[in-house]
Amino acid sequence: MSTRTVEVELQQTQLDALGNVVRAPLVVAERGGTVGAASPLAEPGLESDHMLINIGPQHPATHGVLRLVLELDGETVVRCIPHIGYLHCGFEKIGEYRQYNQIIPWTDREDYLNSMGNNVSFVLGCERLFGIEITPRCTVLRVIAMELSRIMSHVVWVGTTAVDIGAFTPFLWIFQERENIYNLLEGWVGARLTTTGTRIGGMAADIPDGWLEGLQAFVRGFYKTLDETDKMLTKNAIWSGRTVGLGVMSPVDATNAGLSGPMIRASGVAYDVRKDFPYLDYETYDFDVPVGLHGDVYDRYLVRMEEMRQSCRILEQAIARLPDGPINVNDPRVILPPKSKATSEMESMIHHFKLVMEGPRPPAGECYVATESPKGEKGYYMVSDGSAKPVRWRIRPPSFVNLSAIPQMVEGHLLSDVIAINASIDIVMGEIDR
Amino acid sequence: MSDGYTPGTEAFTMVPAGTQASDKPATRRNVPTRGGEANPSAAQLVAKFGPAIVRTWVGCGETNVVVQAERIHDVIQWLHEDHGQRYEYLVDVTAVEYRDAGRPLEVVWHLRSLSFLRFLRLKVELPVRGPLVVPSITDIYSGADWMERECWDMFGIRFAGHPDLRRILLWEDYREGFPLRKDFPLRGRFSRAEQLKQVLAADPEARYSKEELTIAEAFDSLPEDMRRRIATDIASGDDEFGE
Repeated sequence: MSTRTVEVELQQTQLDALGNVVRAPLVVAERGGTVGAASPLAEPGLESDHMLINIGPQHPATHGVLRLVLELDGETVVRCIPHIGYLHCGFEKIGEYRQYNQIIPWTDREDYLNSMGNNVSFVLGCERLFGIEITPRCTVLRVIAMELSRIMSHVVWVGTTAVDIGAFTPFLWIFQERENIYNLLEGWVGARLTTTGTRIGGMAADIPDGWLEGLQAFVRGFYKTLDETDKMLTKNAIWSGRTVGLGVMSPVDATNAGLSGPMIRASGVAYDVRKDFPYLDYETYDFDVPVGLHGDVYDRYLVRMEEMRQSCRILEQAIARLPDGPINVNDPRVILPPKSKATSEMESMIHHFKLVMEGPRPPAGECYVATESPKGEKGYYMVSDGSAKPVRWRIRPPSFVNLSAIPQMVEGHLLSDVIAINASIDIVMGEIDR
Repeated sequence: MSDGYTPGTEAFTMVPAGTQASDKPATRRNVPTRGGEANPSAAQLVAKFGPAIVRTWVGCGETNVVVQAERIHDVIQWLHEDHGQRYEYLVDVTAVEYRDAGRPLEVVWHLRSLSFLRFLRLKVELPVRGPLVVPSITDIYSGADWMERECWDMFGIRFAGHPDLRRILLWEDYREGFPLRKDFPLRGRFSRAEQLKQVLAADPEARYSKEELTIAEAFDSLPEDMRRRIATDIASGDDEFGE
C-alpha cells in the first residue's frame, strides 16, 4: 500500500445579484476501469479493482426496500444494478379475484402517500367502463382529494430528502403540515393513511360541516410553511451543493425513458396529465405547470415546491366553486339504495344485497385512465368481460418507470450522490413492487 | 422514413423554473366515456402498413389497433419516428389473458404523442398455447426495459432482442411459473410447505447475480454447487411451466 495526498478543491456555491444559485457545468469524474493517461491520478501502483457495494434492501436512505448493487471505481459509480420486488404481493393478481369496489382498498396500499389520489384514479377508470358521468359536487371533491394527496406526498418527499441530505429542520416543520392533512382526511373519510374514500359513481362520504373552513385554514397556513422551507433550503449552500448538477436527464432522454411527473418536468418537458389529457375538469382550473431547465436534483426540488403552491391555488379555486348537490350519481347499477329504504322495502333490500354480494358489472370493454399522481403519470388499465370482476387490472406505476432510469442517472456520479439522486426520484416501493 | 428529425427535440418548450405558465392552452375537454373520436394515426397506420394491421376500433374514447406480431416493431418505430405521428412517449407495456381460454393472449402497448396529444393502444394477439414471443422495443424506448421484464416475469412473454430479460419483481430462481396467467392459482402452484422449504433452503449469498459476483471477484471463491447453480439458472430464465 502506498500513501498519497489528494488535494481537494472545495467548490463554493456562488450566488448572483438576485441571490440565485450560479450553476457551473457539471464535472463528471473519470469513468471506467481504465485509469489511464487521461486521469491525473494515474500513478503507477494506484490502479485498483472495482468494488461491489450493496445498498439496501434495509437501508434508511433507499426509502423502502430498494436494493442497489453498485460497481465502484474508487468512489465513482461505474455501474448500478437495481433489484426490486421485495414488497411484491401481487395486487394485480388479487384484483382479478375481487369485485371492483373491493379493489379500492388495494389502491390505497400501492402508493400509500397518495392513497386518496389512487382511489380517485381507480374509480375514474371504473366509471369510464360504466359510462357514468359523476355529479358536479363529486368532481370538485375529488379534485380536492387529489390535490391534498399531492401536497401530502410532496411534503413527505421534501422532508425525507432533506433528512437524506443532512437537513433535519424542514422535516419537522413540514411534517406538521402532513399531520394537518391527515387530520382533514380523517374528518372526511375516517381514515388517515388508507382512506378508501371513493366509490364507483361517487364518494364514500360527503365532507362534514365546517370541513371547508378547516381546509381553507390549512391552505393559508401551508403557504407560510412553504415559504419557511423555501428559505431554509432553496438558497442554502449545502443543499444546492449537494443537489445542483446531479442526476441530469436531458429532455429527450427523460421522454424516451418514460419518466413522468416532476421528473420529466424538471428536465424541461411540460408534460402534465392534468393539462394535456384532462380529467375531472382540470382544464377549467387556473394553474401553472412548473418546468425545470436542467433536469437535475435541484430542479426536481424546485418543481415540487412550486407544484405544492399550484396545488394550493387549485384548492382555493375548488373551495370557491364547490357546488351543493348530491355526491353520488343516481345510477342503480353502482350506487346502493339508502339504508332506511334497504331495511324497509323489499326491492331496495334485494338491490342492496345483489350489489354487495355480486358487485357492479360493467359492460365488456377496456380503458386506460391516466391521472397525474405526485410521482407522475399513474394509470389504471382495466379490462372487463362483463362480469363483476376485472379480467385484468393493470397499474401503470410512475415510480417504477422513473426508477428504471436510475442507472442512467447515477452512473458517473459519486457514491454519496447516489443517495441524493435516488431520493429525488420520489419512489414508493409499495407502488413499484405492487 | 426519418429525415434527420430526432424524436422528442422539437415539441418541447423550455420554460424556466418558477411561476411561468405552461404555454399549452387548457382547452381540451374531459375524455368522453363512450365512443369518441378515432385517433387519426389508426387510419394512417392502415394506409401505411396495410395487411399488417389486423383491425382497429374505438372504445371508451381510446383507439385500439391490432397489429401482426412480426410487424409490431416496424409499426412502433414508424410511430416514433414519423413527423406526422411523433409518439415520443411509451406509457406502458403489458399483457392481457382472458378467462375465455379460446381467446388469444394480448400484448398491449400504450403510446402517447406529447406533440399532438394523442393516445394509442397497440395490441398483438398471441395464441395462448403457442410460443409467446414478440419483438422488444427497448431499442426505440429505453423505458421499455423494465416494463418488458415485468411482462416476462408475470406472463412469460419473451421479448426477442431485449438485452437483459430477467425476472424483475420475483426472484430469479422462482420456479412456480408466471403469476398473472389465468392457469396460475391465486395461492401459487406449490404448497405452503414446499414454499417454506424453498425459502429456508435459500442462501442469502446467492442473491447476487453471476455478473455482480464477477465484479467483486467473488464468483470463483463460491462453493462448487452454488457456482454451478448461479451460472446455469440465471441466464436461461426457463422453467418447467414456461411455454
